[in-house]
Amino acid sequence: MLWQALTLQLGYNATLVAVGSTLLGIAAGVTGTFLFLRKRALVSDAISHATLPGVGLAFILMVWLGGDGRNLAGLLAGSALSAWIGLLSVQWLTRRTRLAEDAAIGAVLSTFFGFGVVLLTVIQTMRAGQQAGLGQLLLGSTAGMLFADAVLIAAGGAACLALTLILRRPMTLVAFDPEFAQASGLNTRRIDLATMGLVLAVTVVGLKIVGLILIVALLIIPPVTARFWTDRTGFVVAFAGLTGGVAGFVGAAISASASSLPTGPIIVLVSFALFAVSLLLAPGHGVLAAVLKHNRFQKRVHLRQGLLALAQGHPIYERYTLRLLQKRGWALADGMPTEAGKGQAAKALRDESRWEMLRGIAMHEAAAARYDGLTRIEAVLTADQIADLDERIGGPRPVTP
Amino acid sequence: MNGTEFVPLSLTPILIGVFAAVACALPGNFLLLRRQALIGDAISHVVLPGIVVAFLVTGKVTTWPMMLGAAGAALFAVALIEAIRRLGRIEPGAAMGVAFTSLFAAGVLALEQSDTSSIHIDVEHALMGNLESLIWLDAIGWESLLDTAALAGLPPELLRLAVTLVLVGLFIRVFWRPLKISTFDEGFAQVMGLRTGVLGLALVIVSAIAAVAAFDAVGSIIVIAMFICPPAAARLMTNRLEVQVAWSVLFATLSAVLGYVLAGYGPLWLGFTNSVSAAGMIATVSGLILALTALFGPCRSRIGAPVEG
Repeated sequence: MLWQALTLQLGYNATLVAVGSTLLGIAAGVTGTFLFLRKRALVSDAISHATLPGVGLAFILMVWLGGDGRNLAGLLAGSALSAWIGLLSVQWLTRRTRLAEDAAIGAVLSTFFGFGVVLLTVIQTMRAGQQAGLGQLLLGSTAGMLFADAVLIAAGGAACLALTLILRRPMTLVAFDPEFAQASGLNTRRIDLATMGLVLAVTVVGLKIVGLILIVALLIIPPVTARFWTDRTGFVVAFAGLTGGVAGFVGAAISASASSLPTGPIIVLVSFALFAVSLLLAPGHGVLAAVLKHNRFQKRVHLRQGLLALAQGHPIYERYTLRLLQKRGWALADGMPTEAGKGQAAKALRDESRWEMLRGIAMHEAAAARYDGLTRIEAVLTADQIADLDERIGGPRPVTP
Repeated sequence: MNGTEFVPLSLTPILIGVFAAVACALPGNFLLLRRQALIGDAISHVVLPGIVVAFLVTGKVTTWPMMLGAAGAALFAVALIEAIRRLGRIEPGAAMGVAFTSLFAAGVLALEQSDTSSIHIDVEHALMGNLESLIWLDAIGWESLLDTAALAGLPPELLRLAVTLVLVGLFIRVFWRPLKISTFDEGFAQVMGLRTGVLGLALVIVSAIAAVAAFDAVGSIIVIAMFICPPAAARLMTNRLEVQVAWSVLFATLSAVLGYVLAGYGPLWLGFTNSVSAAGMIATVSGLILALTALFGPCRSRIGAPVEG
């Protein structure tokens, strides 16, 4: 069943939903990346909640004008308008008052959402509002998706993607260094607004499939996931689009394979699973990589300290150090050095005195600054320079009584 | 309007609304100043999975297991946010966004999977609460306030929220100085020997208790709004924390009373027959109060100096 869903063999509606969610996932991942890099990920939360009053007002207006209140294009236009007002309110509160952005986000999202709920209760009492099903826009609903809806989502998603590609350079610049961007003549405020506008467009487009509460997840989770895998902006954008698209497609397929599996939550949970895997396993920024790196570092410190202790004839109390030395055949179980161990220890001690000598030479200041007790001296000096150091240290000297 | 109508139908919802609003606004002051304002938002999203799990475990719609489940979910969410932030070295906003949306999605999924649809937990109820239905049927007028038999019929939410409000108030009163110091200068607080980590966690736990108790009665919209809007509006009125807390209590009370009255009677004044959602209206009023203070509040500007003239 799942396999059939993944290969788009579950009928017309399931295929429409799968294609729509994939496109939505890609668009949300790509646009969300710039929001995430700008460290304003939660603005999307305010934007998405601020769509609700617009939906309500659009419905009331369309019914009042004698039309069908459920016209998706009309509802989306209304939601875009009120989300834009919400976005401007967040900007205004942050710029004009001393409230921090998180407070502005929370205030706008709760107020707009509250007003939206008031409008929903008004609609419930209207005769045309009995079966309006506007509540579906809270959590998304793909059951009755029409071809026209899918086209709307596809066109909207494609437009967002194209605009993001056009604006990617200025948006990247503003995300990483707003002062520099301003100094080079970019209007950072307008570019920020453009970024938010793209996010808003994706939010509005995604209302039908995942609903306004969960679209935030599609805007935030894929970029965070992608950030684990690479440090280059272009790759983060591409990878976020990819994970978003995969989550959209697989989520839609899983949801189509059985009843009572709502599409929106499943898409979000699939992308959370991708996030969790990346958090644990990604090379570089992942938890596993960090643990391995830490262990390697610990091992090097223990070996180094163990060798220095051997060279100076100190006993080794630390079990881990002794075990490491034993495993390399540099020490015996009672802590006495082997022949090879004596050689290594002498080298370690020699390196320490080389570093000490290096610190006294002004010419090598930069090299000496790299001393951390672990870096090999061969990594910072050439063989000639080391020989020169050795000459200054000299051989064994007679001790004057 | 006379007592025979007001006391049974409006008195208890208004009181419950005020208690819930103040209980959320009090810790909200500190969360706002600590740049943790959105914790309230995150907590109110994860309450849903909490009550669904509690329902799946106990199989019954009873208050206490559900509140425990919600509180557990809130703490789990806070732990998850912190884990994601530390392990992945992700900025707090994004970590929060990842955690609460995923937990909310899990809650919706669990809700759809179980046959809870037959009973009254549903997403809209969780969002909007049922403030209007918390009426006091045993009352016949003002004199019922002295009648023990009638008092026994008060909605249980009223007592629960009153206790919560007292708890929250006591916490803030007892830990006033440590909270104040650690909020404004965490480094100094640590030097003085205060355990700022424990204190911060305690504040979050108290907020979670307030959120869960309020959520049960009035829905999560009010919770989010009251955590943020009254303290934010109060912040624009003054530079002193004591005065800010007082303003926030006033604003919270005002939002609750005005919102309830506008929702219940406003449409009637305009010639409509049905009232609108009280929870939504209370949130709207609190936002309007914030908008007014943002326009005219004496300490609205970033420099903090009162505007002359």
